[in-house]
Amino acid sequence: MQDNAATEAKTADTATGGSGAARARVTLGAAGRETERPVKIAARNVNVWYGDTHAIKDVSIDILDKTVTAFIGPSGCGKSTFLRCFNRMNDTIETARVKGEIRLDGEDIYAPEQDPVLLRARVGMVFQKPNPFPKSIYDNVAYGPRIHGLARNRAELDEIVETSLRRAALWDEVKDRLDDMGTGLSGGQQQRLCIARAIATSPEVLLMDEPASALDPIATAQIEELIYELREQYSVVIVTHSMQQAARVSEKTAFFHLGELVEFGDTGQIFTNPRDPRTESYITGRIG
Amino acid sequence: MLASALVVILIASALGYWWNRRAAQALLEAGCHPHSTPRYHGLYAFLLVAVPSFLFLVFWLAFEGPIIDAVILAQLPDEVARQLDENGRRLLLSEIDALAVGRVFKEAEPWKHALAAERQRLEILADRALLGLVTLLAGAILLHARRRVSAAFRARQRAERIVSGIMIASALVAILTTLGIVASLMAEALRFFHKVPVAEFLFGLRWEPQIAIRADQVAGQGAFGWIPVLVGTLLITVIALVVAVPVGLLSAIYLNEFASPRFRRLAKPVLEILAGVPTIVYGFFAVLTVAPALRAAGVALGIPVSPNTALAAGSVMGIMLIPFISSFADDALSAVPRTLRDGSLALGATRGETMLKVLFPSAIPGIVGGVLLAVSRAIGETMIVVMAAGIIAKLTFNPLDSVTTVTVQIVTLLIGDTEFDNPKTLAAFALGLMLFLITLGINVVALKVVRRYRELYD
Repeated sequence: MQDNAATEAKTADTATGGSGAARARVTLGAAGRETERPVKIAARNVNVWYGDTHAIKDVSIDILDKTVTAFIGPSGCGKSTFLRCFNRMNDTIETARVKGEIRLDGEDIYAPEQDPVLLRARVGMVFQKPNPFPKSIYDNVAYGPRIHGLARNRAELDEIVETSLRRAALWDEVKDRLDDMGTGLSGGQQQRLCIARAIATSPEVLLMDEPASALDPIATAQIEELIYELREQYSVVIVTHSMQQAARVSEKTAFFHLGELVEFGDTGQIFTNPRDPRTESYITGRIG
Repeated sequence: MLASALVVILIASALGYWWNRRAAQALLEAGCHPHSTPRYHGLYAFLLVAVPSFLFLVFWLAFEGPIIDAVILAQLPDEVARQLDENGRRLLLSEIDALAVGRVFKEAEPWKHALAAERQRLEILADRALLGLVTLLAGAILLHARRRVSAAFRARQRAERIVSGIMIASALVAILTTLGIVASLMAEALRFFHKVPVAEFLFGLRWEPQIAIRADQVAGQGAFGWIPVLVGTLLITVIALVVAVPVGLLSAIYLNEFASPRFRRLAKPVLEILAGVPTIVYGFFAVLTVAPALRAAGVALGIPVSPNTALAAGSVMGIMLIPFISSFADDALSAVPRTLRDGSLALGATRGETMLKVLFPSAIPGIVGGVLLAVSRAIGETMIVVMAAGIIAKLTFNPLDSVTTVTVQIVTLLIGDTEFDNPKTLAAFALGLMLFLITLGINVVALKVVRRYRELYD
């Protein structure tokens, strides 16, 4: 897996350089993931307003299962807003209105009978700024399982906590101090704790809103590696400012501009052979 | 004349600002590179003129009266001066003062009229001297400040030093006032403890200060034990908190997390109105509404209820504290970062679970601080208990009985005949000192608790 990551990263680097399009596609294929994966989330004609601001304009997109999809675009282009539609976090903002259709495994998540609380257990989210609760590391990870009653006893809960921390590549660093405050960890560790916390409720989709933007390069590399591994089990949607990051971790990339989805396709194609001039100018104008 | 002096200072300061600023501007335009911007040169001149002139004014006003008094006293006819003691002199001075402004209560002797005229003359002289001296001083400083303008002059640092001096002085005023209050309280309380032993005051179970005024009972033991008063205070405080804490917290939680914006817009001002109601109005409410209702309920249930109950006073005080606790808790909850709330909601927690498990625990430091401040207020609250609690100190824990509080006792001891060498009057200061110490203790504990929780949650 690590080898894969390295290859991918290297490929993407060449890709952003504007050459080697063919190689990029070949390498992506070589990872053995060219098989048809089912659509996990289907969004159709989604519009979002914040008060009078039309933040998302008529966006339709298919998010595949067990795939990393990156949303890129300039600040304020609506990519985070769109991400927050998938777990209905926009509901918590008084002035936000969402129109359109979003289906998770074919179910309309905005249907009246849908309970956003249950939806959010299925669609986990990691935020831009690490936001561990002011509780122990253990309690942070156990928060979701406790709320949703996923463990019948302490042993099962311990099991969930350990598995989640292991998947988040944090277990070895914290296994001896699970009772310490989660807020006492370093920034990168905090973010991995938040990922573990999101994984602990066994979601099907993991939304990540610029998960590495507040972290140093080493922590960023760890998070990226983690994202790359997570796609084995989850459908991951990541919003990022860094095009290198999108190129390194994602297989699909969507470029947003002024609330519109400009272009969506394989990451290699977007970075090497963008069809829309706006995508091209964004990619060539701002790297990193 | 005071007004004209102030106007002179203001004009001179403004002039200094404008003048120095222009001079510095000229330097700038001449191609020099002054260390400070013209604005700071101006500010320096403004402060340099305003601060000393104003201080001079204050000192002058402080000493003008006593000096004029001394001059007048020196001119008293010898036979009058010999008869007068300290109080007589004071009386005579105020009589002359009244004559000088034209208030005549009775026909005065000619020499008093002469002194009144003399006093008038002196006052006019002093006023003119003040105006002249202030003008002179401000002008001199103005010239001095102007001469300091140069490219190398560090006007910004100087101005900042003057400003920080003003700030330090302001902080000292607050601190020194507090120290002064404590010192005067201490002095009177010490006089009380000369007459009544400390141990008797602290541990005595009887509080009957009114009988001690009789000469044959000055040595009467047990009359100044403050325990019943303390117990009464604590009883009423506990009742108030039992009412205020749950209601205040729940209303804060509702308003903060669950209320619709419309309801919030409506309810918050209403709560603030409740906080602004004068405590005497709460007192009316306690006496005229709550106490009779309790009594009626007691009669109906066959329970003896006294007319002035701790319950009536305490519960109304609790109502008074609701907005206090509610707004503190609301602030504390609002201060919890939104990211924590989002994090919890994104994990599929309901708003209730989020409140209970994340927001509320994170807000505890602020909430505890608010509750402890409410305790301080309850202990120090006077008007409600003066009206609704009793006056007789009874050692009881029964909320349906009449109790008294520290503040009520201080009020009753200082109303009517007071003699400052009598333990009855001095006892008020001893009680005041205890009140001060209790509130101080609570505030110290509050800070400690808040700090400990903060370490835990940051």
